[in-house]
Amino acid sequence: MAANTISHFSPFTQEFYQSLFDVADGENIKTCLQCANCSGVCPLGYVMDFPPGRMISWLRAGIFDEVVESDSVWMCVSCYACVEVCPKNIPLTPGLMTRAKEEMLLAGNIPTELQSALEFSQRYGNPLGESPRKRAEWANGLEPEVPIMRKLKRPVDVLWFVGDYPSYHPRVQQTTRAFFKLLNALGIDFGILGPEESSDGDSQRLAGERGLFEVLAEKNGKAFSKYEFGEIITTDPHAYNALKNEYPALGIKYPVRHYTEFLVEHLDGIKALLKGNGEMRVTYHDPCYLGRANSVYDAPRELLEAIPGIELVEMEHNRTTSLCCGGGGGGMWLDGFQWEKSGARLSDWRVKEAADTQADVLAVACPYEPPRFEDAAKTVAGADKLIVKDIIELLADAL
Amino acid sequence: MTNIVVLAKLVPDLVEELEIAESGTALDMEWLRLIINEFDNHATEQAIILKERSGGEVTVIAPEAEGANEMLYTIAAKGADRLIMLKGDFEDGINNHALARAFAGAAKELKPDLVLTGVQANDDLDGSVGPLVAEYLGMSYVGYISGVSVSGETVVARKEYPGGLIAEMEVTLPAVLGIQAGEEPPRYVAISKVRQMMKTATIDEQEVGDLDASGGAMVQRMYVPEAAERAEMLEGDEEEVAARLVEIFKEAGLV
Amino acid sequence: MNQDIFVVVEHLRGQVADISYIMLAAARDLAQATGGEVVAVLLGHNAQALASNLAANHVLYGDHSSLAEFTSDAYTQALAGLLSKEAPRAAFFGSTSIGSDVAGVLSARLGLPLVSSCVQIADGNLISQICGGKIMAESALSDEVTTLVTVIPGGYKPAQGQAQTSPAVTTFEVSIAAPRVSLKQYIEPEVADVDISAENVLIAVGRGIQTEDNLELAEELAELLGGVVCASRPVVDQGWLPTARMVGKSGKSVKPKLYLALGISGAPEHVEGMADAEMIIAINMDPDAPIFDIATYGAEIDLFDLIDPLLEALEGA
Repeated sequence: MAANTISHFSPFTQEFYQSLFDVADGENIKTCLQCANCSGVCPLGYVMDFPPGRMISWLRAGIFDEVVESDSVWMCVSCYACVEVCPKNIPLTPGLMTRAKEEMLLAGNIPTELQSALEFSQRYGNPLGESPRKRAEWANGLEPEVPIMRKLKRPVDVLWFVGDYPSYHPRVQQTTRAFFKLLNALGIDFGILGPEESSDGDSQRLAGERGLFEVLAEKNGKAFSKYEFGEIITTDPHAYNALKNEYPALGIKYPVRHYTEFLVEHLDGIKALLKGNGEMRVTYHDPCYLGRANSVYDAPRELLEAIPGIELVEMEHNRTTSLCCGGGGGGMWLDGFQWEKSGARLSDWRVKEAADTQADVLAVACPYEPPRFEDAAKTVAGADKLIVKDIIELLADAL
Repeated sequence: MTNIVVLAKLVPDLVEELEIAESGTALDMEWLRLIINEFDNHATEQAIILKERSGGEVTVIAPEAEGANEMLYTIAAKGADRLIMLKGDFEDGINNHALARAFAGAAKELKPDLVLTGVQANDDLDGSVGPLVAEYLGMSYVGYISGVSVSGETVVARKEYPGGLIAEMEVTLPAVLGIQAGEEPPRYVAISKVRQMMKTATIDEQEVGDLDASGGAMVQRMYVPEAAERAEMLEGDEEEVAARLVEIFKEAGLV
Repeated sequence: MNQDIFVVVEHLRGQVADISYIMLAAARDLAQATGGEVVAVLLGHNAQALASNLAANHVLYGDHSSLAEFTSDAYTQALAGLLSKEAPRAAFFGSTSIGSDVAGVLSARLGLPLVSSCVQIADGNLISQICGGKIMAESALSDEVTTLVTVIPGGYKPAQGQAQTSPAVTTFEVSIAAPRVSLKQYIEPEVADVDISAENVLIAVGRGIQTEDNLELAEELAELLGGVVCASRPVVDQGWLPTARMVGKSGKSVKPKLYLALGISGAPEHVEGMADAEMIIAINMDPDAPIFDIATYGAEIDLFDLIDPLLEALEGA
């Protein structure tokens, strides 16, 4: 299967197939062996009418039209597990699955839960439906005052891109405030955009709403261009992925690091500040968009090991085989839909594994995770005592 | 083929704090964020469902406001055929009587079989637009509708009563229906489609001239009610709390 | 124009709706300010008996076969003539599927001002609640013509508009030309599958309910209050209730009149689905439970201690 087009393809299939080549390494799809590793590793592949491998097979048969009539692609949480195991390096998550979601969306075949997150993102610049004017309200009452670029009126070393859930979700705001405390303790010169910041748009993009992603990226790009800063850091791997891998193609190019990469560089300074917070057994969950999508595996672990009293243990699935929390690729806004179809929650599986390690704490490095895992810990047997904390919180607690 | 007109307006987005203008009798428009009236959004969906089901043409009419262009292009991307924006002094002292007269003026020219609009809007202070427009057009009105089917010269509309009771009303056309909910929830359109519409669709702008606001409310003042604080905590042992709860249920007419 | 306040009584299938009594109570307040009387207007066919407990100075009853079931067309025809002739200071309608259909049409037909969503009367003025309750507007009555008003619940209780003794009833002539709207049939709500988003009363249970057996207590409570039981995610996850009963991010959004939350902490994922309930009562042992931030009433008490006394008190009520 080396040809770009096949004559018996429906025009739609033809056009769709062709469009997959636009993604980096997209043409690798021609070399698919139908080994089904992708479908096998997919955490929800077993409930999909068309897991990735079968999708490719139907594409090749020229009957892809039927694939977008099934709603099962909405089970994809864009976790990159399929990409990781593909022997032919086919960009399944950013290519095939995302393009399929785009077609579903254009056809209006979209679950209502996801619809409202997209409408909110469009309207308010965040998927939670909160007022954009309140984007910096998490900072109310903090001492010293959180520096907002518009008021600061001077260049800073670091622009902290706060992100959606860190700005608005009550649980994740705790992590955000802890990060503020850490940055101050380390004497970092930083600023935030406050109400000028919009959603990074990455999960919306991976949920098939490319146009919305572009609108949001343009807004952020415009805000970035107003100020001078050395680099961007963010606590959100999804924002990190967008800024690092997607924004440059839109002409928005800035150096960006996830906070784990940034802090690890300040490890000596951090170690000097850490007093410890008692003995605890900690296991670390690799977020999909930090791990598989961007290969950051060591920095988070180095940070955890720097905290006095922490014993780091690994779950059965770790690093490249990490299990998704279920929040990616629009999964954050498809909980009801996915649960109805599968009767399972990915966060439950992950929490079960964490509990099996006998860890006291499940450490995370992504804002999607604390609410999802805490919710799961309420119902998963043996996990009722499991504490979910972002590495940031563990560091801040140990100061 | 049914000629359907949808009347849509933008209303204050309640996600934002609302403030009162200096006059003390109107909302402060300066910081107001506007959003399509959710019921008008349902009316739009119902119109497009009717068109898809049995053909017809859908025209949307909206008064000029911040965001009205975008709203109209979005509706076009969903399947509306014609967009009309009413231009006039809608900023201050606008009420539904004035708006309904303007709507009726524009709709009359289109000789619609069916006019759909939201059954209410969050900023209605002098009734909703639907029944007023119906009367100005000399048509019948039925509101609280959650489903419509057209057959020849009549429509059968599902009117909602409290407790889930539905009354099937047969209405002779032409008529105005106040939509509570479309048969399906309003659909999503990809932004790329809306952007496409912005390039290809045209909005027919119509001047409405002087607005006649008579029939509106005589507002003496507007104010923001004092925010309810945390829950009022019921003190005492379980017997006392139970007794107090029953009182509360009674006050609310629940027992 | 006289100073009387007319109340257009709403009834459906032989039952006077609560909003009618609420309107009578509001009209009493307004009539005191204007110095007029409260006049209930009852339309129907062989429906005079419905006037028996209306708290009005007197009742005007209009009978016509076209008024046997509500249609906006027949009602507006009947009322247009009456209002023009009697010219009361104000006429009240429910802000409902019945009243709203009629009031707007009459305002346009008769050229009368209309004030909607009135929740309270203050010093002879009408207080309306708009923008989801975020804004209140105070409007005056017209001095020249009848002001039409639609009323929402909240300011008055139905009991305030109910009388022990029957008011005097006089009939008035109704003529109705060929109506353009007619009732084909009523469709009963399906009882089999519960749509919690359409319920007025919801008894919500969370993790605090502990076991499946305890759900029965909540069911009993729901029965006494005329509502149904719904739940937060953990309860549904346990399989104790079907998905259709789940409230919140992964479940349904509800706006009942009463949301009685038993042992629900109020995580944002749950609150998202129920914050718009008219009245939220939260029972929780944890004084810091976020549910208390959005509840109307709260009690820091063990729900298992409370339920029995509450069931008893309700049975006695």
